[in-house]
Amino acid sequence: MNKMSKLLVTEKEIVVPGEVLAEGMDNLPGVGTYRDGDKILAGRLGLTYIDGRTLKLIPLSGRYNPKKNDIIIGKVIDISFSGWRIDTNSAYSAMMSISEASSSYIQKGADLTQYFNLGDYLVCGITNVTSQKLIDVSAKGPGLHKIKGGRVIEVSPYKVPRIIGKQGSMVSMLKQASGCKIIVGQNGLVWVEGEPDKELLVERTIRKIEDESHLKGLTDKIQKFLEKETGVKLGGPQ
Amino acid sequence: MSYKKRLDGRGFEEFRKVEAKVGVIKRADGSAYFKFGNTWAYAAVYGPRNLYPRFLQDPSKGILRCNYNMMPFSSSGERVRPGGSRRSKEISMVTAKALLPVLNLEEYPNSVVDVFIELPETEAGSRTAGINAAAMALADAGLLMKDLVSSVSVGRVDDKILVDLDYSEESYEDGPVADIPIAIMPSSGKITLLQMDGLVSKEQLSKAIEMGKNACQKIYEIQKKALKEKYNNVKGDAE
Repeated sequence: MNKMSKLLVTEKEIVVPGEVLAEGMDNLPGVGTYRDGDKILAGRLGLTYIDGRTLKLIPLSGRYNPKKNDIIIGKVIDISFSGWRIDTNSAYSAMMSISEASSSYIQKGADLTQYFNLGDYLVCGITNVTSQKLIDVSAKGPGLHKIKGGRVIEVSPYKVPRIIGKQGSMVSMLKQASGCKIIVGQNGLVWVEGEPDKELLVERTIRKIEDESHLKGLTDKIQKFLEKETGVKLGGPQ
Repeated sequence: MSYKKRLDGRGFEEFRKVEAKVGVIKRADGSAYFKFGNTWAYAAVYGPRNLYPRFLQDPSKGILRCNYNMMPFSSSGERVRPGGSRRSKEISMVTAKALLPVLNLEEYPNSVVDVFIELPETEAGSRTAGINAAAMALADAGLLMKDLVSSVSVGRVDDKILVDLDYSEESYEDGPVADIPIAIMPSSGKITLLQMDGLVSKEQLSKAIEMGKNACQKIYEIQKKALKEKYNNVKGDAE
């Protein structure tokens, strides 16, 4: 081992851009970090995550960065001959071609607004992202569909794992307590549909999860909150 | 007569009272304010986001737009006419150029990052306060960047070299004055902004730059602390 090598951070430490994470060549720069000479520095604001010899940063803030295979909630913003343009709640819009819109065959020259009209929301999957951030999405596949009714709530994309919970524990508890249909898109859009007052309850709860996402025992806290609001005892996370 | 003691009693290497906070504008992707005494700069960052008109798009990298704006009631003298001026346009440009070297904009092709710097209160050193706030807001917005940017003005009043001139020193009449705003990337120590207004000798200038670099390191610590303060409560967040 090189005697000069030194790790300067511990696991789960908040670092700012330019902060030195390690000296020497024993560690490797992972995602969110970079090497300058014999130092590894933070390339963004984030939380350190040490994976063997590799130093990584978990992002804590920022806009959604489109990734292949993510399931997102998109909005139709334009219709062309060949398909639909979908807003992804990121810096880049996506393209959905006719063949990816529906499991049934769409005739050439058909009226595309019959399938998706301007302003419609849909649950879609990202099939491809290029280096120039051209995005292809598809609405063909299990669980992918057009959204009818309900409401779409915007949250930080970095809080999405909190809203879903471990193995979906949080979102299934929300569904159980409210009786609403809920779909959480990786891009930070959440679709809720059910009784109007229950929809509002879900929205309030999601805001609470966002605000308190850092606290320990969050699922238990949210369970107590939901029990108090609905007056129904919940059978624990399913 | 020489300038023996600073008009407000500070040490020559001491800046005015500094205050910094991150996450002050809810709807922005990143935001911060930074205060140098009575100079108060807010910065809000939006983006990366779609860029229109389309001819401005650059397929090789994202672009950075900065907007520096003094609010009409911000000055201690006359009302500042709202809207852009020749001065604000120049400061917007030098601010963008001071921030560009730290940003990895090639990760955001065809998009734009907008930085709005608003000053509700000003009393000299406004561009440096703006740059400090903007650097914190950019980090808060989760952008990929190599470093922060820290900035302070240094200068010469009569025969003394000093840090962070206030208005009374900028307008000192019993001797020559030079005002030198500088910005550095604190980890590497490289300079990203250096301007000068007034009269200064070569020796005085190099001494002033050294003092400025030292002061910027102190500013960097304040920026770092403010950023960590906002995120400290999310420590248990990642599984």
